[in-house]
Amino acid sequence: MNAATNTAASNASSEAAYYTHAYLDEQTKRMIRRAILKAIAIPGYQVPFGSREMPVPYGWGTGGIQVTAALIGPRDVYKCIDQGADDTTNAVSIRKFFATVADVETTESTADATIIQSRHRIPELPLREGQIMVLQVPQPEPLRGLESRETETRAMHAYEEYGLQYVSLYENISAFGRIAGGAGYPVLVDERYLMSPSPIPKFDNPKMHLSPALLLFGAGREKRIYAVPPYTRVRSLDFEDYPFEVQKWTQACALCASHESYLDEVILDDSGNRMFICSDTDHCATRRADGHHGSMSDFSLEDAEQSRTGGERP
Amino acid sequence: MSAALALMPDDTPLLRVEGLTKRYGAIIGCENVSFDLRPGEILGIVGESGSGKTTVLNCVSGKLAPTSGGVQFKTRRHGLANIHELSEPDRRRVQREDWGFVHQNPRDGLRMRVSGGANVAEPLMNLGDRHYGRMRQATIDWLNRVELDISRIDHKPRTFSGGMQQRIQIARNLIHAPRLVFMDEPTGGLDVSVQARLLDLLRELVRDLDLSAIIVTHDMAVARLMAARLMVMKGGHVVETGLTDQVLDDPQHPYTQLLVSSVLQI
Ligand SMILES: Nc1ncnc2c1ncn2[C@@H]1O[C@H](COP(=O)(O)OP(=O)(O)O)[C@@H](O)[C@H]1O
Ligand SMILES: [Mg+2]
Ligand SMILES: [Zn+2]
Repeated sequence: MNAATNTAASNASSEAAYYTHAYLDEQTKRMIRRAILKAIAIPGYQVPFGSREMPVPYGWGTGGIQVTAALIGPRDVYKCIDQGADDTTNAVSIRKFFATVADVETTESTADATIIQSRHRIPELPLREGQIMVLQVPQPEPLRGLESRETETRAMHAYEEYGLQYVSLYENISAFGRIAGGAGYPVLVDERYLMSPSPIPKFDNPKMHLSPALLLFGAGREKRIYAVPPYTRVRSLDFEDYPFEVQKWTQACALCASHESYLDEVILDDSGNRMFICSDTDHCATRRADGHHGSMSDFSLEDAEQSRTGGERP
Repeated sequence: MSAALALMPDDTPLLRVEGLTKRYGAIIGCENVSFDLRPGEILGIVGESGSGKTTVLNCVSGKLAPTSGGVQFKTRRHGLANIHELSEPDRRRVQREDWGFVHQNPRDGLRMRVSGGANVAEPLMNLGDRHYGRMRQATIDWLNRVELDISRIDHKPRTFSGGMQQRIQIARNLIHAPRLVFMDEPTGGLDVSVQARLLDLLRELVRDLDLSAIIVTHDMAVARLMAARLMVMKGGHVVETGLTDQVLDDPQHPYTQLLVSSVLQI
């Protein structure tokens, strides 16, 4: 074998390794990247893409996983959250998946991550330039609940006919006296395309407005990708006499005393004792490490879990 | 009524249909249909089932593209325009802003997944109203006007009777003050007594609002009650037109004579 053949052989083998990086083949990644570029070029517009079979069931974030797989490179630091938490089964297994197939460093720290994949939250720590937020979307079409005909919803987007979306807000006020609806609250992106940011709570909607980070949305089953590029206007829909507002809590986080973060309610026992804690586990842990203490900061959630699932009370 | 029409100052038609033909493959839906509609005029299109009434109505209202022929309408935005030559968004806007369309089957004209009240308010939202309180009040006013119990404003359409669903549909199609309303057998699926009350209501509204309307019906009694002028269709063709009283009292075409006499037999 001469030198030339040797080089060719080693090229072939490194190419082979390259082909399997991050699970998807290069062809597929290119196709997804093209969809992502289109999505960035037309903020809020749902770009169809050839969604692939992924080794997880629909509803487990196949759209988000494909977007991540198409983008992730060896120097990326990957974070994955589910319901705001890094340690849920879903988040852990998707993180492991990318640690294995893309050989990237993973993290629970929002500050350290370059790609953050999420299902229900945008982290509390403001995102920065260079970060990519990948959101897994079950239903990309905000009008679907009211109009089942795809031809009709497409026409509504094409001609910017968004009156129908207000019908759902109207219904909400009629039923609850206010615009309820926590997750997937509709927004207008760059004053043009109606977009469902589902399923983040409306608490997180303002974080999208003029965000320095790139926000990408992937819907695997529905085969759609859409984007909010950095520094894009994002407006939550509302009525003049019922302005948009986010959820508020009277209490602070019981662990880190935060008054600003989105809180989850945790039931502690059968007699109705409960506590409110940050849904963003990294945010809460970082604050505690920085010396912030809530009213129950010594409390162990694991113990509470045991008592909740029928274990002996301590 | 006819004398009043003749004295109307604005004599230019609101709508002009010329040589309208629609073929479904080899089947003729309608052929070479022409008519004018003046502001404030109610035109009835009558004829047996399959005679082409719905085809004409759908072509005129822009729901269906004709095979040939033109539909000129005095739009608020574009002036006199051929509906089928407008771009799709412009045509949809005319449909939204200038027209109403009452379907025979409330399921085709209502959103069954949202409340009756929201159904009535939707056209306002489609026209850009973003004030809930104002729209709510307008909805209540319209529910009163079509004699519906406003305490049921937030109930879903399926909880209402057929006649009440039609009232919701009528309110939904009048709340935005359209200039022309299309109705396809608006009382078709209803019991006779319910139908009579609904017709009374429709007649009052049409008169009070000085509406222009095209109403399709196979029922000559409905035609007599509602329309000032009639167009009789058979096999996709217009066989007779004229003032309602003339057409019904002194029908010229044998087919019209048959239609009128069949009513008398009932
Ligand atoms: N979508 C369609 N495809 C094929 N033929 C149709 C269609 N719609 C209507 N037709 C035919 O066109 C003719 C006129 O129908 P239509 O306008 O519905 O009459 P009407 O409303 O007077 O009952 C009938 O012969 C009918 O069978
Ligand atoms: Mg018909
Ligand atoms: Zn906290």
